[in-house]
Amino acid sequence: MGASELNKQAPNIFVWLLLLGMPFWLPAIGGYTELGTRAVVLGLAAMSLNFLLGYTGVLSFGHAAYFGLGAYGVGMTIRYLMPSTIVGILVGTLVGTLAAAIIGPLIIRLRGVYFAMVTIAFGQVFFFIAFRWNSVTGGDDGLSGWTRLPLDFGFASIDIQHNARAFYYFVLVVFALSVGAMAWLLRSPFGRTLIAIRENEQRARFLGIPVDQHIWISWVISCCFVSVAGALYALLNNFIDPRALYWSQSGDFVIMAVLGGMRSFWGPLIGAAIFVVLQDYLSSQTENWMSFVGLFFVLVVLFFPRGVLGVIRRKVTS
Amino acid sequence: MSGYGIVSSMTQLVLFNIFNGLIVGAFYALMALGLSLILNLSGVINFAHGGFLAIGGYIAYTLMPYIGFWGGLVVAPLLTAVLGLLVERVLIRRVYGRDPLYSLLLTFGLAFMFEDGTRFIWGAQSLPFQVPGWLVTPLSNQYFFLTGYRLFMVLVVAIAVMGLFLILGRTRLGIRIRAGTLDLETVSVLGVNVRVLRNMNFGLGVYLAGLAGVLAVGQLGLQPTIGASLIMPSFVAIIVGGLGSLPGTLLGGLLIGVASGITTVFFPSATEAVIYVMMAAVLLVRPRGLLGEEGRF
Amino acid sequence: MKSDRSTFGLDRRSIIKAAAAASITQIASPFVITARAADEVKIGLDNPLTGVYAALGKNELIGAQLALEQINAKGGILSRKVELLVEDSTSGDAGTAVQKAGKLIERDKVNFLVGNINSALAVAMAGVSYEKGVFHVVPGGHTDPVTGANCHWNVFRVCNTTQMEANAVAGTLIKSAGKKWYYLTPDYAFGHTLQAGLEKAAAKLGGTKLGGDLTPLGTTDFSSYLIKAQAANPEVIIFLQAGDDAVNALKQAVQFGLDKKFHLAGAQQELEVLLGLPPEARIGTWVFEWYWNQPNVPHVNEFVAEVRKKSGGHVPTARTWFGYASIWTCALAAQQAKSLEPAKMAKAMQGFKLPPEVSLMPDGAFYRASQNQLIPNLYVGSAQSKGSEPEDLFKVSEVVKGIDAAGSLEDTGCKMTWPA
Repeated sequence: MGASELNKQAPNIFVWLLLLGMPFWLPAIGGYTELGTRAVVLGLAAMSLNFLLGYTGVLSFGHAAYFGLGAYGVGMTIRYLMPSTIVGILVGTLVGTLAAAIIGPLIIRLRGVYFAMVTIAFGQVFFFIAFRWNSVTGGDDGLSGWTRLPLDFGFASIDIQHNARAFYYFVLVVFALSVGAMAWLLRSPFGRTLIAIRENEQRARFLGIPVDQHIWISWVISCCFVSVAGALYALLNNFIDPRALYWSQSGDFVIMAVLGGMRSFWGPLIGAAIFVVLQDYLSSQTENWMSFVGLFFVLVVLFFPRGVLGVIRRKVTS
Repeated sequence: MSGYGIVSSMTQLVLFNIFNGLIVGAFYALMALGLSLILNLSGVINFAHGGFLAIGGYIAYTLMPYIGFWGGLVVAPLLTAVLGLLVERVLIRRVYGRDPLYSLLLTFGLAFMFEDGTRFIWGAQSLPFQVPGWLVTPLSNQYFFLTGYRLFMVLVVAIAVMGLFLILGRTRLGIRIRAGTLDLETVSVLGVNVRVLRNMNFGLGVYLAGLAGVLAVGQLGLQPTIGASLIMPSFVAIIVGGLGSLPGTLLGGLLIGVASGITTVFFPSATEAVIYVMMAAVLLVRPRGLLGEEGRF
Repeated sequence: MKSDRSTFGLDRRSIIKAAAAASITQIASPFVITARAADEVKIGLDNPLTGVYAALGKNELIGAQLALEQINAKGGILSRKVELLVEDSTSGDAGTAVQKAGKLIERDKVNFLVGNINSALAVAMAGVSYEKGVFHVVPGGHTDPVTGANCHWNVFRVCNTTQMEANAVAGTLIKSAGKKWYYLTPDYAFGHTLQAGLEKAAAKLGGTKLGGDLTPLGTTDFSSYLIKAQAANPEVIIFLQAGDDAVNALKQAVQFGLDKKFHLAGAQQELEVLLGLPPEARIGTWVFEWYWNQPNVPHVNEFVAEVRKKSGGHVPTARTWFGYASIWTCALAAQQAKSLEPAKMAKAMQGFKLPPEVSLMPDGAFYRASQNQLIPNLYVGSAQSKGSEPEDLFKVSEVVKGIDAAGSLEDTGCKMTWPA
């Protein structure tokens, strides 16, 4: 590994070290482990969205639906089907991914605002199903009466149910697998093609690239990982309600990505961390925290034209 | 208890709901028209529109003891528009030409600040807003849902829409806005001050939000989140009617009102979902919307 | 120009710089100032301060703060000073509410958790507090499972169950308004259980249901439902909406003149809703869970006067009382158990009767054993546009004893298991 390669890897190493040490340094500066877990989970959701937004150039405003399907998937599996955390996550992910795969062909021809709006439309339909189908989902009161369960490997068992730190590392492992998969995909020829589509769709089309098909696959991958994040989110809260599917939740994901920087791989994670920590901290200090969070968004737009990480990036490269 | 015009047949119930849906839809259209104006000329999706609506309502409430309902109806939207002009000058202007996502982040932030600001100033408690007594009585027993106030709302919407189309069709400002919507660069080359144009256009859009706010508080409780639940239906109205087309937005608003009205009769649990199903259907069959132009956006 | 800029020996730029520096030190050490002394007893309030329930949350907060002052003035809890940590749970985001509950318990090590107004968030928070074994008081989330099917040994509730509210009002409605009812019910558990409770209670008294509609939570336009209700030609239209939904529904019903054709009524009603309505819409027969105008009940006037001092002259609502009684419940539990150990405190509260200066009701209020549900008085009466003063908007016609409305313990479905 040469020096320049090390230089390139430096940000990655830095991020992983921070994430690995989180349960130790975060409480030391006054945070708490669940805050870190939440940042990582929502970070995964924002990064999944950014797979589509930042690397394919397609804006979805309906990712909360698949986030929520993942969440209900895991909750209902544990509650009604089988008391296993892992099976729950798999079912949640499968449900979210399947829904995205089915809806995909209907919507991939649309672009820009139209794509964003049609994803809202489908997302809201899922929201209203969760909201109004009281007997199955618990409606507005949410799905309770279940909790995440210890991981049981037969020979050993890890108590992620009561030990917040163990759960954090469990989430981090799932996060690493998901993020690693996305990074690998982006570096593959398939990922390069996505970036080509983002840069100039028409040219990609002239080159004979089946653009719609690529967008469909990118959409499904993105929704798959956002449903993983949703499943983790439900496990973190031991609870799930329809708000997780509402369009404003999708808006939060978009904001996290834009806040951190859509054009960088880690940007959305940083955006999510800022979003989560800022809200958590400010809302303990003042009941007018919304003004400060809103002001922060405005300031980012005015002074950080490429998101928070965009500026750091530019400073590093210049 | 009996002897009133009782509706018994299904047809009549449906007819009532269509009629009623038109009234509800007219209101959505008013809000959607303002959003649509701004989106068409400046490419900004204004998520703070609901916040401007709330501010319009609160200003009217505050001024009512001094200038009455009618004074408030005239003055409050104007003051809201002035606030809109200021916000555009100081903030919105900076995101033109950038990725529309930044305008989203900006207006999301503004919406947060407006909601919190109104709560800070006027409190979280719903405020009682009283419209003149003679307006809030039903005009007939049979058509009891036709209250004076609701007809009046439709009338105001109609006047506002006609006024808007007159401004756009007959005045220099309006013609420039329309031209700018089609091709901003050429308009700018022809010597029109695009900054002023966009500023006035934003103010006009916010004026409509303020007007919608004053009308809304006659029927809804006045509290800081009043605009939040109205913004998505307004977007749906724009998309269904077709981006870039103001008559389309008007049509879209009326259609979603009627659609949810009819759904209430037959399948009440889908009352809210139906407008999204409708939007998805329109986008899938005719992506540019009912009256939208081909090839824009 | 220059002279007026430096009036205070500072120009604008340096003021801005100073302000920026101050805010940076604030932000750079985000958590340091939140470190709290360990010898204080801590109560964590995780309740809405923003969103649709902000007004209710604010009132519960005022009640909680008043209770806190009184407790500290009397020497605190077990002779230790009490501190109230307030967190905004938001009005609808369970993730945030759970997060804040975890923060209060794990990081701030609170001895008591209080919240939430939103039933969904209350249930989600109860999951956290049960898991961690923390004494938890739910001030104002009404859904039945909190002290019913989902009851826990550590979770106590101050506000009524929906079943109690339905039982309290049904008799009066049948007698005074008529037997043919049409329901407009918000479509979530709160509305469902309220309607089921009313149907059950009405059936016993010979009432019938002509029809009903489930209105989605957050409905702004009720006209299409009102058209259907009118078409059914009932004697009574029952509105079970709460909060802003209730404001919108009643405002529109009165504009349609429905109050002149039918009797408009419901179960739970709150002063916050009536205050948000124009005078002509302050009508109907309802249940209040607490009311401030009780001239003959001891301590109530003092309480009202104290609250007015803190609220800018406004009277306490049932919400203010919920917050007040919740914080007092924490203090009384510790006092009764002579310990801060949650299980001991919970045991000590079984069947515990609140002292009159806290319960502020003619018959008092007690926590029913093996359910942890407060059994208070309920106030049946009608809304009025004008009373003895501007905020006297409810006329109590009957004070119902909670135990008569609460049903049997078996009916609640609560099966409590205690920690070994």
